[in-house]
Amino acid sequence: MIQVKGLSKYYGEHAAIRDLTFEITRGEVIGFLGLNGAGKSTTLKILGCVLLPTSGEVKVDGIDTALAPEEVRRRIGFLPDTPPLYDDMTVGRFLGFVARLRGVPPAEVAARVAEAEEKTGLRPEDDELVGNLSHGYRQRVGVAQALVHKPKLLILDEPTSGLDPKQIVEMRATIRGLRGDHTILVSSHILSEISQTCDRLLIIQEGEIVDQGSEEDLAARLSGSHAVTIEVDVTGPPDPALTVLGQVAGVTGASLLARGPGISTLQVLSATDVRGAVARALVMAGVELVRIDRAAGRLENIFLQLTQGKAQSMTSGQERAQ
Amino acid sequence: MTATLLIARRELGTYLRSMNGYIIAALLLLVDGLLFNIFAIGGEEKLSAQVLAQFFFYTSGLTMIASVFLSMRLVAEERQTGTLVLLTSSPVGDGQIVLGKFLSGLTFLAMVLALTLFMPLLVLVNGKIAPGHLVAGYLGLLLLGSAAMAIGTLGSALARTQVLAAIVSACMVTGMVVAWMLVRVTERPFNDVFASLAIHGKHFIPFQEGSIHLRDVVYYLVVTMVALYAAVRVMEVRRWR
Repeated sequence: MIQVKGLSKYYGEHAAIRDLTFEITRGEVIGFLGLNGAGKSTTLKILGCVLLPTSGEVKVDGIDTALAPEEVRRRIGFLPDTPPLYDDMTVGRFLGFVARLRGVPPAEVAARVAEAEEKTGLRPEDDELVGNLSHGYRQRVGVAQALVHKPKLLILDEPTSGLDPKQIVEMRATIRGLRGDHTILVSSHILSEISQTCDRLLIIQEGEIVDQGSEEDLAARLSGSHAVTIEVDVTGPPDPALTVLGQVAGVTGASLLARGPGISTLQVLSATDVRGAVARALVMAGVELVRIDRAAGRLENIFLQLTQGKAQSMTSGQERAQ
Repeated sequence: MTATLLIARRELGTYLRSMNGYIIAALLLLVDGLLFNIFAIGGEEKLSAQVLAQFFFYTSGLTMIASVFLSMRLVAEERQTGTLVLLTSSPVGDGQIVLGKFLSGLTFLAMVLALTLFMPLLVLVNGKIAPGHLVAGYLGLLLLGSAAMAIGTLGSALARTQVLAAIVSACMVTGMVVAWMLVRVTERPFNDVFASLAIHGKHFIPFQEGSIHLRDVVYYLVVTMVALYAAVRVMEVRRWR
C-alpha cells in the first residue's frame, strides 16, 4: 500500500527525517512511534501529500506522490495533529463539504456522512456546531473527516492527543473498528495506544527508522529473551525466592527489581515462556506468590532501548532495584 | 471546477455567518453614505453626471480598502487555525483553492456594492442618470475590486497572520495607487510606466465618467490574473516548508 524509499526532509541544514525506507502492506494497522520531534508528523505530512520531501520516493497504492499528488490524495484520509475543523459549520454539513471536496458523488454524500458518523459515534451530534463540541468530539470529527470518502489509507497523527482516559479508550475502540476497511497508519508517543491498536510498529528516532516489526519481534531482537515480572510476599530479604527462580529450568537470569514493605518485585529472563514453571517452583518452595505476568512496561522498555540506547534502560532497571 | 465552487460557497457562507463581513460592509456603507451626502450631493450645484462620477470616485477608494480587509482572512486565517491542511490534503489543486477563495471574496464585495445602489438612484429624485453611466461605474468598481481582492489574496497567501496579510496587501495596493500620483511628478518614459502600473487614476477615471475602454478592462483582468497566479505559486512553494 505504501512504499517509501530514501525519504529525507531538510529544513536548511537540519534534517527532520533522513533516508527513511519502509513498506506497509494493504490492510495493516501500523503504529508510528517516536518521541516528540522525532520526525513523525513530518513523515506523515509527506505521506499525506501536504508537504514535499527534499529527496526520496513515496508510492501510495503504486502511485508516485510527486507525479500524481491529487490521485494519491483521493486515496488518503489524513488527520493532522490538530484536527482541521470549521467551527462555524454543523458536523453533518462539515462532513458533507469534505465528502464533496474529496470527490464523493452528490447522491452518495448523505449516506457516506451517516456512515462516517456511525463509525465515530457522532450520529447524535449531526446538527451540532463543530465549534460547540468538546475536545474529544472534535477529535472524532477529525477522524470522521479523514474516512468520509472511504480512503484506502488512513493517516492519523496523534489521534488521542489531549484526550482524557475515557476518550482515549473510546478513540482506540474507534480505530480498532476501522480495521479491515482501511490500511491505517497511526502515530503516537503514547506507547500503550500503539501496543493495543497496531499490528506492527515503526520506531523513529531523530528522523531515522531505528527498528520495525511487531512488539514480539522487537522484544525478541532486543533481549533475545522473555521477561516475566513476579511479585512475592516475603517478610525477610527475597534472596530465597531468587535462589528458587535461578534453579528453574530455562531461566537465564533472575533479579530484584523493587523491594517493598512485604511485597518484592522480581524479574526473570528466559529463552521461552516459563511462567508456569516459575509459579510451580515458588509455590513448592513455600514462597507466597502474589502476581506473575509478562514484564510490565515491556513496550516502554523496547521503546527506550530503541530510542535512547539499551544502556539507559539497563541503568534505569538497576536504579529501581536499588 | 466543482471543488472551486464548493470552496467559494463555503467561504461565502463564512462571510455571511461571521461578524467580520457585516462589520466591513456596514463601515463601507456608512462612510460611503457620508461622503455621498457631504461631497457628492452637498456643496455647490452639480450636474447629475458629476454627482454620479463623484460617487464612483469615493466608492472606488472604499472598494479597495474593503477588498484588502475582506481578503486578509482568506488563506492566512486558515493557516493560523490549522484548517488549511483540510484543503491541501484533499484532491484539489492549489489553483482551485486560491480561485475558490478569491471568488467568495469577490462575490461578497459585489453584494456589498449592490447595497450602495440606492445612492445613485437618489439622484433620480432631482435629476437624470444615464443607465450606461451606472453600468460603466459599477463595472469599474467590480474590476477594481477584483484586482484589489486578488492582490489581497496574494498578501493572505504570503503572510502568516491576518494582520500581516492586511498590512502586506495594503502596502501593495497603496503602492499601485501612489503610482498614479508619481505620474504627475515624473517625465517620460517613467510616467508612462507609473501610469500603466496605477490601479486607480488612469484606468478607473474613464469608468467613473461613464466610459468603458477595453484597455482598462484588460488591465484590471491582467492584474487580477497575475496576482492570483502569484498566490498559487506561493501556495505551491509553501508545500516545501
